[in-house]
Amino acid sequence: MVCESWKERLDTYVDGELPQGEMRTFDAHVSSCPSCSANVLSRLQLKRAIHLAGKRFTPSAEFRSRMQQSIASKPRRVFRLGWMLAAAVVLVVGILTSTYLGNRSGRDQVFSEIADLHVATLASSSPVDVVSTDRHTVKPWFQGKIPFAFNLPELQNTEFSLLGGRMTYLEQTPGAHLIYDVRKHHISVFIFQERSLAAKLTDRSLKPGNLSFNMQTWTQGGLRYFVIGDASTADIDNLAKLFQAAS
Amino acid sequence: MDASGANLQLDSFEELAIPLFDQLYNFAHWLTQNRDEAEDLVQETYVKALKGFSSFQLGTNFRAWIYRILRNTFLTSRKGLKVTMTVPLDFDDEEEGEESAIERDTPEALLLARSSHALLQKAIDELPVHFREVLLLCEVEEMSYQEISDTLAVPIGTVMSRLSRARRTLRSQLRPHLQQEAGLRIAKGTNHGL
Repeated sequence: MVCESWKERLDTYVDGELPQGEMRTFDAHVSSCPSCSANVLSRLQLKRAIHLAGKRFTPSAEFRSRMQQSIASKPRRVFRLGWMLAAAVVLVVGILTSTYLGNRSGRDQVFSEIADLHVATLASSSPVDVVSTDRHTVKPWFQGKIPFAFNLPELQNTEFSLLGGRMTYLEQTPGAHLIYDVRKHHISVFIFQERSLAAKLTDRSLKPGNLSFNMQTWTQGGLRYFVIGDASTADIDNLAKLFQAAS
Repeated sequence: MDASGANLQLDSFEELAIPLFDQLYNFAHWLTQNRDEAEDLVQETYVKALKGFSSFQLGTNFRAWIYRILRNTFLTSRKGLKVTMTVPLDFDDEEEGEESAIERDTPEALLLARSSHALLQKAIDELPVHFREVLLLCEVEEMSYQEISDTLAVPIGTVMSRLSRARRTLRSQLRPHLQQEAGLRIAKGTNHGL
């Protein structure tokens, strides 16, 4: 029977998967063969029924929402994380920069102020309040005036001479201002409590600003020392060493 | 990959994957026969697909690609392993059986289309998983043989063979119900036009 040869390919035919030429041949046969026509019809109806019955399950709204959020947010979370990290880096860099600049700014301000105090004192008609070359006179003079005690170096056998001392203020913090003389150059020594100063300073020698002063600063025993003057760097260093040795 | 590249890739993934969500869920539920497991399967499929999306070549068949991920994920799941263990080794080598009476008996076959969804759904549910999946991919997802072949990673000949046997098995499962229903209709005089 001719139809038997078509039978094996009925499924392929109804699935539309036969080559184009064979499809046309099959179409012609089906239209002229009641048996095959009925068979094809029943298979198409079955396909249709399975198609409808197969669309059986639908995801819950909750699951759909969860998945949509998950798909939409996952890599973007990484992306956002990248931005957050970048923002955090910028913020940290900003804070560090600002802190650094702030510190540098504060530091520069302190150095400028020290230089100003030095110059202003020397310009004054009475640069010192306690006039004495004797450290044992000058040191006790500060008792009760400043909230700390300090030692003055022995200057015997040195080129330095003590002219006297006065109270001073830096960042509204009271301190001692001592004036020394070395070969006609005046050198100021400032002593403050380190913890009272807002600016974080490092121990170093430097030239504050563009002024032609030399400066040495260090901290020792909780006190911040500044040695500044237009004397040579060597003189500034030597006086600093004398103070460091005395403390 | 930089952020813009990742974002572009995500956009492509969303564009391709989101529209398939309902279909994938339906297919997953048919395979797992359980809502919770279907949700887990779909979720895992999307996670895997997203993770491996960089290996997917745009312009090729995304649907077959993601269905394959879903199916492979199912087959390696506990339930998947359990159901595939019941499949005989010569599963795809079975000879074509005799055409059942129902396939030759047009009036009775026509009842299939008129029978309730529930009856048909039950019959599909009872199909071995390899028949169920090939039948659903063909009839519900309306995939071509080539797409099914890509999805199941089997030759087209195997697709055709499984599909034919799936339909035959389905018909044989439905036959008693259909005959019963036909008998009832004849008895009640409701078998109009058949």
